[in-house]
Amino acid sequence: MAAGNRPLSPHLQVYRWQITMAMSILHRMTGVGLALGLLLLTWWLAAAASGPEYFDLVHAIMGSWIGRLILLGFTGSLFFHLCNGIRHLLWDVGLGFEIETMERTAYLVGFVTVLLTLGTFLVGYSGG
Amino acid sequence: MVEFNLPANSKINKNGTRHTAASDAKNVRSFQVYRYDPDSGENPRLDTYEVDMDDCGPMVLDALIKIKSEIDPTITFRRSCREGICGSCAMNIDGTNTLACTMACDDVKGEVKIYPLPHLEVIKDLVGDLTNFYAQYASIKPWLVADSPAPPDGERLQTEDERRLIDGLYECILCACCSTSCPSYWWNSDRYLGPAVLLQAYRWLIDSRDESQGERLDQLEDPFRLYRCHTIMNCTNTCPKSLNPAKAIAEIKKMMVQRQV
Repeated sequence: MAAGNRPLSPHLQVYRWQITMAMSILHRMTGVGLALGLLLLTWWLAAAASGPEYFDLVHAIMGSWIGRLILLGFTGSLFFHLCNGIRHLLWDVGLGFEIETMERTAYLVGFVTVLLTLGTFLVGYSGG
Repeated sequence: MVEFNLPANSKINKNGTRHTAASDAKNVRSFQVYRYDPDSGENPRLDTYEVDMDDCGPMVLDALIKIKSEIDPTITFRRSCREGICGSCAMNIDGTNTLACTMACDDVKGEVKIYPLPHLEVIKDLVGDLTNFYAQYASIKPWLVADSPAPPDGERLQTEDERRLIDGLYECILCACCSTSCPSYWWNSDRYLGPAVLLQAYRWLIDSRDESQGERLDQLEDPFRLYRCHTIMNCTNTCPKSLNPAKAIAEIKKMMVQRQV
C-alpha cells in the first residue's frame, strides 16, 4: 500500500461553521487586535511625550476617518475580548458547558460587544 | 502545525463520476461522496450517486450500503452494528461529524455531502487512518489501575453516587467524531490528545476504584496533551452520543488546579 502518498482528508474546507467555533477564532483575532492596538496607544503616548508638533501629526492621523475606523476596531476588540474572556473564566470553573447555554452566552457576548462599542463612541462623540 | 490549505496531493477534483438514477425513480436524492483510490495515485475526487429513496432505508448508512451493493461496489467505508453503538461508520456528513447509521437522510437539506473524518490520512474513500488516535487512547491507560487487591469474594464495589460520576463518560464509543472535529486536534494531533481521549482519561480519573489519579494527572500535565483545548466546542456540538467532552476536559483542568492548592 502506498502509505507515503496518502491524502489528508478535508477539514476547514468542509466543516460547517458554528457560532461557538466562530467565537473562539474571534477571541484569538481580537487578542491579536488588542496587541496591535496597544502599540497604537504607545505610539500616541510617545508622541504626546515628544512634543506638540509630533503629537498634532499623530492626533490628525488618529482623527482621520481611517484612524477612527481603526480605533473602532480596537474598541470592538477590547469589548469582545473582555466579554468573551468572562465566558472563558466561567468555563474555567466548569460552568456553561451545555450547548444551549454556550450558544446563548455567545450571542449575548456579541450583543454586549456591539452595545459597549457603540456606547463608547457615542459618549466620545457627544463629548466633542 | 497550523496549515489551513490541503497539500497538493489532497486537493479534491470536483468533477468525479455522476451515477444517475433509473428514469422511473420518483424520489431521487443525490449523495456526493469523497473518493480516493490508493492504487490509481490520482487526487481524491467527488462522485455523485443518485439514489431512489422509495427503495432505500432512512439513514445515510442505508444509502451508502445501497450504493455499494447496487451502484458502485468499489466504494469503501467502515460499518458494523448499524445502530450507533460500534462507532465504525463515523464520517463527515453535511459538514459535521456523525455516525452514518444514526443520521437520517431527511435531516440533511439538498445534496448529501459525505467526507471522511476531517484531517486524517485517507486510506481509501471514507476510511481514515486512526492509528494515532488509538495509540493516544492506549497512552492514557484506559483500565483500572489499583495497588490494593480486589476483595477475594467479589468485585470492587462503588456507591451509587460514585457510580453516577461516570455517567456521560462510559457511554463514549470512541468513534473519533469529536477529536476529528477539533481544530486544535487538526493542528496538533501529534501532541494534543484530543477530546475523545481526554474524556476517556477523565472517565478513569473520576472512577472511585482507581488508585492512580496522581500519576494520571502527572501524565496529562503538559502544555499540549491537555492544555491545547481552547473550548472551541466542536467536540460537544458534534458528539453523536450527546456526550460533553469539553466539559470533561474542563473537569480535568479543575482537578489540576485543585491538587495544587
